[in-house]
Amino acid sequence: MEPIDGDGILNLFKTRMGGAILSSHVDTYVNGVRKKKLQTVWVRVPRESLREAVSLVLEMQAPAHIAVASGSDLGNDIEVLYHFQVFWGFKRESTVSVTIGTTCPKSDPHLPTISDLVPGALITEREKQEFLGIIIDGIPDPRRLFLVDNIPEGKHPWRKDEKGVQDMVRNVHEGGD
Amino acid sequence: MAGKSYTLPIGPVHPALKEPTMFKLTVEGEIVTAVDVQPGINHRGIEFIGMRRNPLQVLHLAERICGICSIVHQYSFALASEKAAGITEIPERAQYIRTIMAELERVHSHLLWAGVAAHELGFDTLLHWTWQLREWVQDVLEIISGNRVNYAMYIQGGVRRDISPEVIQKLKVMIADYRAGIDQLCKAFTDDRVFRHRTMGVGVLTYKDAVETCAVGPTTRGSGVHKDVRIDQPFGGYADLDLDYCLPEKMGYENNGDTYAKTLVRLQEVVQSLDIIEFCLDNMPPGPIRWESNMTKLLQHMKKAEGEALGLNEAPRGEMIHYVKLNAGDENVSIWKVRASTYNNILAWTKMLPGCQIADVSIIAAAVDPCIGCMDRVTVVDQDTGKEKLFSNEDFYRASIRKTRAYQRKVSP
Repeated sequence: MEPIDGDGILNLFKTRMGGAILSSHVDTYVNGVRKKKLQTVWVRVPRESLREAVSLVLEMQAPAHIAVASGSDLGNDIEVLYHFQVFWGFKRESTVSVTIGTTCPKSDPHLPTISDLVPGALITEREKQEFLGIIIDGIPDPRRLFLVDNIPEGKHPWRKDEKGVQDMVRNVHEGGD
Repeated sequence: MAGKSYTLPIGPVHPALKEPTMFKLTVEGEIVTAVDVQPGINHRGIEFIGMRRNPLQVLHLAERICGICSIVHQYSFALASEKAAGITEIPERAQYIRTIMAELERVHSHLLWAGVAAHELGFDTLLHWTWQLREWVQDVLEIISGNRVNYAMYIQGGVRRDISPEVIQKLKVMIADYRAGIDQLCKAFTDDRVFRHRTMGVGVLTYKDAVETCAVGPTTRGSGVHKDVRIDQPFGGYADLDLDYCLPEKMGYENNGDTYAKTLVRLQEVVQSLDIIEFCLDNMPPGPIRWESNMTKLLQHMKKAEGEALGLNEAPRGEMIHYVKLNAGDENVSIWKVRASTYNNILAWTKMLPGCQIADVSIIAAAVDPCIGCMDRVTVVDQDTGKEKLFSNEDFYRASIRKTRAYQRKVSP
């Protein structure tokens, strides 16, 4: 597919996925003396539509380039954002960052894997499992990645609830050894 | 017949990465058949620490993620947090100074890498020569910022220090000297038959593997992949430049993704960086260097801000990305995700290492540009007897040197 700009990508998402999109927007920034445009697209979908959204990214360009997935604890839900770069290598300034966000409730913290669609996503999926306490269904390699063995099972550093590691933190200003 | 296979763990301490890495190699005789990378032995939880600090504090924390490419983390965090806070009018002069600093760092990082690569192969004279060259750029960085590492130059909405006309003169002298020095350096690397023997066809990352594993930076450009954030999504001063991808084919070599190809990419990028710095110095726009010079006002603005953004940047090792989310009323950075370049190159290692000899492990691992010279020690586990043999970094290094000497004997008349 020939490169299109951020607004075009958002339109494509809207026409193809329509009602499945929960929220979306395009951020535009200008850079340099020449005031060149740089766009990032943000699309949020329910987890059932995650793989469909990733397939749409693959339709734009395959193999897709995933930069990383980031995640946050929203209280009752956990949000995971997959940051893709589409249209790399076509011509200068053709690449657009496309972020696909999805959530899962803490009571049922499951997300489907995308590493069969994008092999490069494996490392970041392993990281999300251990840091957010979610389960990626179908992940080919579910082992821990960064967390060391002395962090107990069921503790996840980015969680802001009782599964977080706040109680394990030793603050120097509070004294103690 | 399948030979007896051993597991060869390498690591775990490895300061060139954000997370020290452990390689578990499966070897059959001299040949590596599989590799498993296990990072995180000394994960410092910097993102966790950062989510308990305000954006101005995190600027300096971000810089301390890495001692070599410290500025790119600050750059990415500044870009992400200022966008998240709605600060989009960055003074043009500040954008140019940011670009100059990032490129100076690329020069010193690539020269450091070239020295490490030479050392891994046993060319210690070349190592000292390369690092002597690197001293000048570090001096220039010190003249501009006061520090050889951790420059504390960037802030949300601009930079903290200006570059004065006197410093511009010094920079120009450095660039002229470097052009001559780099020419000689290129010759030293490309003319040496032993260096070519040790790197050509070693640690090959094919184009297909490079794009599928989402590898970044010179690692992927060595395979002919057109990926460079400075060109694909130009930010700051790069938007005014007409850059081209540095590929091995420009130096008359094929884009085959071996260690030699990656070396050529880095050598070209040093020259490209000098061109970029020169362009920025010649075309530096006048004007202010900050969006808001009062730190208290800036912090107040960040506190009230609500939003999320990405900070993308081309680090010496490849694409770098920070994700920042700010919530109104939350003084701290609500969510901060750091993704350093080597993170995406972990999977590339698993494609590059199988098939190589143990003596080549150090140069192949170094080709991605974490310095494997920092590798701590290695345990060899005999799977049949369960016996462990301790391999030190020294032993690894010696194996590499022996291979170089053997080649030198072979090619010398």
